[in-house]
Amino acid sequence: MNEDWMLYEVFIRARSGLEHKHVGSLHAADARMALEHARDTYTRRQEGVSIWVVRSSEILASDPAEADALFEPARDKVYRHPTFYAIPEEVKNL
Amino acid sequence: MYTQALDAPQPPSAPTDERERLERFQARIDADEKIEPKDWMPEAYRQTLIRQIAQHAHSEIVGMLPEGNWITRAPSLRRKSVLIAKVQDEGGHGMYLYSAAETLGVARGELVAQLLIGRAKYSSIFNYPTLTWADIGTIGWLVDGAAIMNQIPLCRCSYGPYARAMVRICKEESFHQRQGYEIMLTLAGGSAEQRAMAQDALNRWWWPSLMMFGPSDTDSKHTAQSMRWKIKRFTNDELRQRFIDATVPQAEYLGLMVPDPELRWDETTGHYVHGPIDWSEFHAVLKGDGPCNRERLAARRAAHEAGRWVREAAAAYAEKQAASARDAQAG
Ligand SMILES: [Fe+2]
Ligand SMILES: [Fe+2]
Repeated sequence: MNEDWMLYEVFIRARSGLEHKHVGSLHAADARMALEHARDTYTRRQEGVSIWVVRSSEILASDPAEADALFEPARDKVYRHPTFYAIPEEVKNL
Repeated sequence: MYTQALDAPQPPSAPTDERERLERFQARIDADEKIEPKDWMPEAYRQTLIRQIAQHAHSEIVGMLPEGNWITRAPSLRRKSVLIAKVQDEGGHGMYLYSAAETLGVARGELVAQLLIGRAKYSSIFNYPTLTWADIGTIGWLVDGAAIMNQIPLCRCSYGPYARAMVRICKEESFHQRQGYEIMLTLAGGSAEQRAMAQDALNRWWWPSLMMFGPSDTDSKHTAQSMRWKIKRFTNDELRQRFIDATVPQAEYLGLMVPDPELRWDETTGHYVHGPIDWSEFHAVLKGDGPCNRERLAARRAAHEAGRWVREAAAAYAEKQAASARDAQAG
């Protein structure tokens, strides 16, 4: 028997200027409670200045089994990196 | 950490199509890659982790009880604030760990239910009573100290969510150990009665703390597989030895006697040698016959039942809010 509240994923911005980062999950009856629980669970030592909570079921994740199909095509496009281009030593600021 | 009773299922003898996946999986582990929730993993790896993480989570939650009952009796406001913060941390540790277990496809409610019906294990250490204030000092010093010894290698565990939870927990544990040792320092520097209280607590908690590392390597069947999977990095006896080597000088500094007449420093190995551990006590406590097993479970069940109306009210309120939001949209 499972009476768990809904699962939420928690993201925290450690300091202004930084992006929100995933820190874990928790259960809550609604989004507002998820925020309150996130504060108590993940920021007891000033670990953050901002919290996002997202219903876990709302997240669409890529399938690790399809990682090759998704990311492989970028592998042979080395011309996307600056080191691909040979520039003479004496040319500066480039 | 607190998973001394782990009985890991053996990996099934795999048919040939599975064997290749198993080999690829092991190769990833050998290359120190982390395994993440949606990655393919052997069922035995998943089950071992669920059991270990759940036992660990239960230990954090049950571990709140022996200390929680001293909050109202802490000797000063400072000690009380510290103890509340520590107990709250342990609750947080339980939450991080249930959250990590859930990434393996098990519901938290299921794990909690197993604990409440007495089918789940948790660390034997929390089935001992906290008789005096010195016990609170000793728990922080020894029990959290042993937990730290166990948990630091788990920060490098092969399963990503567990490793990340352990990093978070380890950051918080150090304060637990230090506040405990500070209590012991105060008692050891106090009256004869306070020193006796400190010694008595050490006498009662020393051996149960050593047992926290689990059975001796010769009796621990599952260590090898867990080490191959990099769930475990050191054997029970290795970690126990480290703990003893670190702790004995701390006891000496307090002027307290470690209750082991056979304890001696071995010059050649550079380690302490300790006397035999009474494993029959360990197994009895684990089986449910420790001094406080029944009391701990009864307290957990009572708390769970007492919170039921809150959970139901919150769910009903959330449902009502969602319904009126739907109505507003439709209207
Ligand atoms: Fe803890
Ligand atoms: Fe702790």
